[in-house]
Amino acid sequence: MKTDLKRRLLLKGSVATSTIGIAIGAGLLSPTTVLAAWPKEAFAAKDIPGALNALLGADNAEESDAIKIKAPDIAENGAVVPVTVSTTLTGAESIAIIAANNPVPLIANFDLKEGAEGFVSSRIKMGKSGDVIAVVKADGKLYKAAKEVKVTIGGCGG
Amino acid sequence: MATKSIKIRAKLKDDVVTVKALMSHPMETGNRKDSKGEIIPAHFIQEITCTSSGKEVIDAQWSGGISKNPYISFKYRGAKEGDELTLTWVDNQGNSASATAKVS
Repeated sequence: MKTDLKRRLLLKGSVATSTIGIAIGAGLLSPTTVLAAWPKEAFAAKDIPGALNALLGADNAEESDAIKIKAPDIAENGAVVPVTVSTTLTGAESIAIIAANNPVPLIANFDLKEGAEGFVSSRIKMGKSGDVIAVVKADGKLYKAAKEVKVTIGGCGG
Repeated sequence: MATKSIKIRAKLKDDVVTVKALMSHPMETGNRKDSKGEIIPAHFIQEITCTSSGKEVIDAQWSGGISKNPYISFKYRGAKEGDELTLTWVDNQGNSASATAKVS
C-alpha cells in the first residue's frame, strides 16, 4: 500500500517535469523566465545609481586607481566604441560597463567566475559624449573608474 | 542560428588564456526607427556564458548598448593546451548559439 503510493507520486512528479520540458521546448515559456540571471531592472534603469542598486545592491563605489579603462579620447563613430577594462584589484567578482549619457546607462555586466582574470573587452554604443564608467566588485566592495569619450557621430540614432 | 555566426579563439600564454570572440547579431536596442518611422523591435544578446572543460569562467549580461556584431575578449587561468572552451549566447527573442574552441 505504502510503496504503491510512493510509486504514484513518483510517476506524477516525472509527468509534471516532462510537461515543463515540453513547454520550454515549444517556446511556451518566455526565455526571460528561464534566464533568471539577466537583471531586467538594472537594464531598465535610466540613471546610474538605479542601475547599480538593481545590479549590485549598492551605488557607493569608491574611486580606484587599480581599474584601467582603455577607450578612445575621441570616437568618430558612437555606434562602435572599443572599451577595455582591466583591474588589478584582488578578488574581483564582476565588472560592469556604464555609458553615463546613454538612455540606458548600464551596458554590460561581466561576472568573473573561478579562474577569470580582471580583464574584459568589448565594443559599445554611445549616444553622445560622456564618461565611460567601469564598476568593479571586489571582496564585496564596489570600486569605480571613469574615462571621458567624445563622440562625433551618435550611435543611437542610427 | 547557425554555429558559424560565432568566431572564437583561445590562446594560452604564461598560464593565462586570452579568449577573443566575434558574433554576428543585429543588436537592436528597440529605440531605432526604420525608414517608415516604425520602431525596430529590440533584438539583442542578453546573456553570454563561457565554460572551460565544463567549468564556468565568465557570465556576461548585456543590454542593447553593445555594438552590432559584438566582440568580447576576456582572460582566465587554469586551462591547458587542448582544453575546450565553449561560448553560448542567448538573445531577448529566445534565439541562441554556441561555439567551441580548443585552447592553443
